[in-house]
Amino acid sequence: MSNFINTVFPNVVANWSGDNGFVVAIWQTLYMTFVSAVFAGVIGIILGILLVITAEDGITPNKVFYQILDKLVNLFRSIPFIILLAVIGPFTKLIVGQTIGPEGALVPLVVGTAPFFARQVQLALVEVDHGVVEAAEAMGLSPIKIIFRVYLKEGLPELIRSGTLTTISLIGLTAMAGAVGGGGLGNMAISVGYQRFENDVTIVSMLLILVLVFVIQGIGDFAVRKLEH
Amino acid sequence: MTDTNKIVQLKDIDVTFDVDGKKIEAVKDISLDVNKGDVFGIIGYSGAGKSTLVRVINLLQRPTAGSVVVNGQDMLKLSSKELRQARKNIGMIFQHFNLMNSLTVYGNIDFPLRDSKLSKKERKEKVEHLLDLVGLTDRANNYPSQLSGGQKQRVGIARALANDPEILISDEATSALDPKTTTEILDLLGKLNEELGITVVIITHEMDAIKQVCNRVAVMENGQLIEEGSLLTIFGHPKEKLTKDFVDTSTQIKSALEEIESSGIVHDLSGRLIELQFTGDVTNEPIVVGLYKKFNVSASILFSNMERLQGTTVGIMLLALSGDDDKVAEAVKYLNDLKINVREINLSGSESAK
Repeated sequence: MSNFINTVFPNVVANWSGDNGFVVAIWQTLYMTFVSAVFAGVIGIILGILLVITAEDGITPNKVFYQILDKLVNLFRSIPFIILLAVIGPFTKLIVGQTIGPEGALVPLVVGTAPFFARQVQLALVEVDHGVVEAAEAMGLSPIKIIFRVYLKEGLPELIRSGTLTTISLIGLTAMAGAVGGGGLGNMAISVGYQRFENDVTIVSMLLILVLVFVIQGIGDFAVRKLEH
Repeated sequence: MTDTNKIVQLKDIDVTFDVDGKKIEAVKDISLDVNKGDVFGIIGYSGAGKSTLVRVINLLQRPTAGSVVVNGQDMLKLSSKELRQARKNIGMIFQHFNLMNSLTVYGNIDFPLRDSKLSKKERKEKVEHLLDLVGLTDRANNYPSQLSGGQKQRVGIARALANDPEILISDEATSALDPKTTTEILDLLGKLNEELGITVVIITHEMDAIKQVCNRVAVMENGQLIEEGSLLTIFGHPKEKLTKDFVDTSTQIKSALEEIESSGIVHDLSGRLIELQFTGDVTNEPIVVGLYKKFNVSASILFSNMERLQGTTVGIMLLALSGDDDKVAEAVKYLNDLKINVREINLSGSESAK
């Protein structure tokens, strides 16, 4: 078995451990994905809720606020990620103190993902039956309680679906961020595998990313199945 | 303002919507009082403004003009916190039930109680009592998607009652249900009215629903209140055309007339076709026999419908009268004297009052 691996993936074995090895790269990818998922998740949910409740038929309509937020979300969603990385460099440095490495990738990942997720959250929450929201208003629930007890509760399966989708697209972005100095499996695939013609490294990096994607998709699907009635 | 018997007082209510720059008047200058203990029906076709009007009661819809007094409280003067408190006193059920799909039947009924001051035990007892009241004890752990329409509406009713409201608003609550379930739900509303003394406001487009439980009726058309009165007055002596339409549809006299006309029976009758409407004691008189004995006018019954509304019999009958012209005229006068509403029907579709 180990002979087989040595023959087919010689460079993978050579690059497995060490400072620039696979183990570190996997860790970096997981770190970038989950830390930015948490931040982008919280920001995205807050922005998504604000979009839903301030919309014209929302529970606290506010035309001006909605229009501004709506345009901002669109604006940030429109910037290609690879350009966003460069453009917000100074902002990144201000927040995490550096623009390279996994930490340096976090800020652009969050900025790139949060608006996307905000839109997903908005779409998930407007799907919540307006009649149920009205029933809650008729029962005398305050807007904040309606958000937590009705929107987030009733929209949870859809939110998890969007969260899964967003996390998976986030993994794609970490690969890109990796290629420009963020580290992780993307960096591994490009700067080791591709540029040094060590194709087995590229393939294994890809396979590892696929495994990560499938695991996340699996967890998401399982949670949705548990929650839906 | 503080008439304690009047639990809901709507005065000069206007509701205007701005749709794409055009002003749409959904409710026009409506004043309406609902007394404590009433089962108040508001009937009208869809788009008449009924839903908008009842939403004014708990301010889910703020009126453009007018005043809303519920239980002596001027609703429009309340802070948002006070308004939320006032809303707990007004239960509401909906056409599409509006239950939480993520909660069980039990969870849905418990939902409005989450902020109540009841202890855990009291809350549990209350939910169980409500489950029992609507007959869904064995369904407590089911989710709404596992229930039939009628069961869902029962959950809706139990939920609406959780905060012990004095008023229950039913927004087309039976419109999505089949006739048998509709009857059951209306019976339940009637029972709640009788046993708990809860005031019920029902909106519907079906006269049958009104007939079954309401004691007072208001008719709406194009955002306006066109007629209002006790069930017996509205049903027995409708004034406006729309009201008559609703009553006629309900008594099925319309379809009877169409049938009579198309079947051609009437050509065999030499006499006049009259419609009788009567309420109460008069129904005890042997009318048809009386006509023959007193005036030698023979009457054949083409159609007849009787119902008991609020314990009073209300009937409608189509008679073909034949005999001497003066005798028939006398007979009609006799019927009028018996406090029977007589209307002569010319089968070309036109009708003339007598």
